[in-house]
Amino acid sequence: MRAEPVDAPSVNAREPAARAGGFTRSLLPALMAAVSLVGLCLAWDIAAEIWPSRAFPPPLDVWRVLVKEAAGGDLFYHLGMTLWRVSAAFVLAMAAGSVIGILLGGNRRIDQFFSPWVVLFLNIPALVVIVLAYIWFGLNEAAAIGAVAINKIPNVIVTMREGARAMDPRYREMALVYRFGAFDRIRHVLLPQLQPYFAASSRSGIALIWKIVLVVELLGRSNGVGFQIYLYFQLFDVAAILAYTLAFVAIMLLIELLLVQPFERHATRWRRRPA
Amino acid sequence: MRPVGAVAPLRVDIAEKTFRSAEGVPIAALRNLSFDVRQGEFACLFGPSGCGKTTTLRILLGLERDFTGSFQLPGGKDARVAAVFQEPILLPWRTVEQNVRLALPRQERGRALDALFETLGLAGMRTLYPAELSLGLARRAALARAFATEPAVLFLDEPFVSLDERTAQRLRQLLLSVWSARPTTALMVTHNLREALMLSDRIIVLSERPGHVLGTFDIRLPRERRGPQVMEDLIRSFEEKFPRPD
Repeated sequence: MRAEPVDAPSVNAREPAARAGGFTRSLLPALMAAVSLVGLCLAWDIAAEIWPSRAFPPPLDVWRVLVKEAAGGDLFYHLGMTLWRVSAAFVLAMAAGSVIGILLGGNRRIDQFFSPWVVLFLNIPALVVIVLAYIWFGLNEAAAIGAVAINKIPNVIVTMREGARAMDPRYREMALVYRFGAFDRIRHVLLPQLQPYFAASSRSGIALIWKIVLVVELLGRSNGVGFQIYLYFQLFDVAAILAYTLAFVAIMLLIELLLVQPFERHATRWRRRPA
Repeated sequence: MRPVGAVAPLRVDIAEKTFRSAEGVPIAALRNLSFDVRQGEFACLFGPSGCGKTTTLRILLGLERDFTGSFQLPGGKDARVAAVFQEPILLPWRTVEQNVRLALPRQERGRALDALFETLGLAGMRTLYPAELSLGLARRAALARAFATEPAVLFLDEPFVSLDERTAQRLRQLLLSVWSARPTTALMVTHNLREALMLSDRIIVLSERPGHVLGTFDIRLPRERRGPQVMEDLIRSFEEKFPRPD
């Protein structure tokens, strides 16, 4: 009997050989990135040799400060405070922004009314929001985190609104015919369709939020990476400034590699695998 | 004994359904469309394209609410309804099996569906995602989803379009075998006369837009006796009763 060409299942897309190939393929970019970073360090070191200055320390000096701060425990305390503020502001901004964005994307009237507000908030400088939050609500943790979240919320709204507009009405109709409950509709129909938009706004969100958190700490907190950078700015200690900056960048990279990327791989596992 | 609700027919009585074009001009899609489908009967809604067949189905599925008239589903308001759409419309992020089970009420999600998957030739594909299926297999999964719910009424909207004839014919036979296992009141939209004659007990013929019933064509012959010769005869007598406009 001849196999039917149209009806033949495409199960052979997941062969073990393809998986093994994928492993080396995923290792190569990591190796490339490592080589590239070592190259950057070398260039930095050479430049610092040519123009020796207190304002431009070589990488080894930065490393020494990093080790000293880590040994004293200061580094982890301040990194922890900043990380907590970044996470709190991130969760707040993503939750509020997603709900508002989906609401606006699904309702044209409401969208037409609130669209100018979104544009307005998109264009208010982060610094103004932070200063006003501190004046109105005092120099406290809630004002700091709220100010950061408010800076990010309009961006999330715009992205999620786009996602809600791009949803396929046929899935909603199918769910209606088969009487999906509210929970199933959100979990199996709504969220998977919004996932790419959610991923995009959380990516750009993390990057933006941690930069704003530093400003918030500089202006009105007595701990965190931003506070330390301000302190070392007054002492003119560039090595310490770079040490704190690089330490936090490293943490954000780890979060991207260990949290964001695996989650995204899981969320997009259903997309057709390369044959 | 069957409950009273279960023997009620599918009764359609749509006075008018109008669309507005992009320029705001009203276009009547359906006018005075009324017909019945008896309990356990497989009926086809047959007519030229653009005559409002799909619109009728969308009204019966509750997806279009802006119309005048009424309809009654077998089993009343709470009757379980299933649909096979023109496209499979499987959730791409759920496996074949998850897609089928999600259509079931929560307390029935764990039910054994092996026989159904077996009949439709999907037994080995339950863990695949829709993107890994051919169109023919995705259509089978859509059929599995519809039959798994054991509906009081089943609606099919040209479920075999854009397939090559061999695959479509295979799917029609599969449809018949799952349907015969549990004869369900069914209404299928098609513009393929052979398909209608092969599958249905009765063909409801619609006019050009605005759609209304021109007449019905009953086929009392059992499906297994509708061989090639009989099909030619059926086509001839159908075309005698409903001559083509050209």
